[in-house]
Amino acid sequence: MPSFPFLHKPQNPLEQGGRTSIPARPGEADSELAEQCPNCHRQTELSQLWSNANTCSCGYHFRIKAAQRIRLLTDPDSFVSEFDGLASNDPLEFPGYRKKLEATRNLSGGEEAVLCGRASIGGAPCCLFVMDPYFMMGSMGTVVGEKITRTFELATELNLPVVGYTVSGGARMQEGMLSLMQMAKTSAAVKKHSNAGLFYLTILTDPTTGGVMASFAMEGDIILAEPGATAGFAGARVIEQTVRKKLPPGFQTSEFLLDHGFIDAIVPRLEQRAVISKLLFIHQGGTAHE
Amino acid sequence: MSSTAYDKVKLARANNRPTSLSYINNMFSEFFELHGDRAYADDPAIVGGVALLYGMPVTVIGIEKGRSAKERVHRNFGASNPEGYRKALRLMRQAEKYHRPVICFVDTSGAFCGIGAEERGQGQAIAHNLMVLSDLKTPVLSILIGEGGSGGALALCVADEVWMLENSIYSVISPEGCASILWKDSGRAADAAECLKLTAQDAFHFGIADKILPESGLGSVAYYRHLSKQIYQKLGNLLSLTTEDLIEKRYQRFRKFGAFDLVNEEDL
Repeated sequence: MPSFPFLHKPQNPLEQGGRTSIPARPGEADSELAEQCPNCHRQTELSQLWSNANTCSCGYHFRIKAAQRIRLLTDPDSFVSEFDGLASNDPLEFPGYRKKLEATRNLSGGEEAVLCGRASIGGAPCCLFVMDPYFMMGSMGTVVGEKITRTFELATELNLPVVGYTVSGGARMQEGMLSLMQMAKTSAAVKKHSNAGLFYLTILTDPTTGGVMASFAMEGDIILAEPGATAGFAGARVIEQTVRKKLPPGFQTSEFLLDHGFIDAIVPRLEQRAVISKLLFIHQGGTAHE
Repeated sequence: MSSTAYDKVKLARANNRPTSLSYINNMFSEFFELHGDRAYADDPAIVGGVALLYGMPVTVIGIEKGRSAKERVHRNFGASNPEGYRKALRLMRQAEKYHRPVICFVDTSGAFCGIGAEERGQGQAIAHNLMVLSDLKTPVLSILIGEGGSGGALALCVADEVWMLENSIYSVISPEGCASILWKDSGRAADAAECLKLTAQDAFHFGIADKILPESGLGSVAYYRHLSKQIYQKLGNLLSLTTEDLIEKRYQRFRKFGAFDLVNEEDL
């Protein structure tokens, strides 16, 4: 895969994030030219949304494709994609899974639910993984687990920090127990990387749940989150059914996690590049930063 | 579709199956229960403590569903809160300090899905267990005795070996949950159970379980004696490894799980 020119403007809505085909929130207006914000209900022209990294002027963060996020975040031409070309071989022969994968690939233009590679951010070199909400809602099957594990192994070998953006509905049930095992596999790779004294920064984005929340999303040395992101372990509906109570407002959001002491800070998308490069610089002690 | 897998689900969930405490009380001597996570509370859904196995000091941890109706409520039906996983982690780290082997008995429908569980970081608690267990410097053996429900079971199963009883299950999602997502109909749980490949035999096939324990005589004195001998032997083997070998083997045990092919980008 080629590296991405910095802030390359999407050529069409699909490249921009495929939002015309998959509305991120129910009731959201889909138009060729403008997008309605589910928070303030204002219509914003797509070109203006793009120049604000898919955030509304009210502060609402629209979902964003992994490739576009990488363009926003990394230094121009610095991203080198790694571990591409892996495809699930449907180990359970799960009904409809192969078709679903194929349809998702065609629709999203991506191969799998995570992009991994090397890049520099504000001049600081790092390994990077960015999950994609437009690929089966970032669910973790064995390809996602493998690519993230390899990212940590590569970073350990190259003595580099890891920056990881999480988005996930959880472990991918169509690959059964092998998906669950990815939680243990990735966690073990995170631990090896950590034992080598290397820095791991996670940024939780909407939504980060289930098996990803209960593994590498919460294992960062520093954990950041985007404003208003849904992040939690169990699905809200499952909890409501279990406890037979209405959930309090703001339950399982970034703000909720910050209040309860589970993340370090909430950082708006437009400020993330500056914050991440600062944190990378501080953790490299300036030595790897030439 | 045949309902064989769902028959196993029902057997794994049956109320008359021996629970973790039955194994602990019948196989170990001098069991002394240790309580609390030292941060918030003691979770009755997870029982842990120190004990002797043929004179060898061990740490035993079990997810306990409870045997009577009243006890099941007290134990939250074996659905642990974050403090349960943190208690387990505390006992594992203590075992590491004294190089005592850890034996986990796993029987849970899953980590508890509650408001308090989220407020106290269910995801963080499980994640932390996975990470610490992955290189805990003492042998860990996990045995699934009934239900192995997703992340809530995995939090005690990052082990050197995972054994499963013949009629136990280990699943990424409950068959009911899977059916309601796939077909918007939790009544089709039997079909989902078939698709999920959740039986002990499936887990063995995928290398997720290292050994299947037959259930004839389950709960009898002879059964416990036979099982405790197998555990003792296995722990002896694991203790004879150097710590580096032990940790590297555990890493590779989980590293290998994958089911994908390298393909040309054009083929995708």
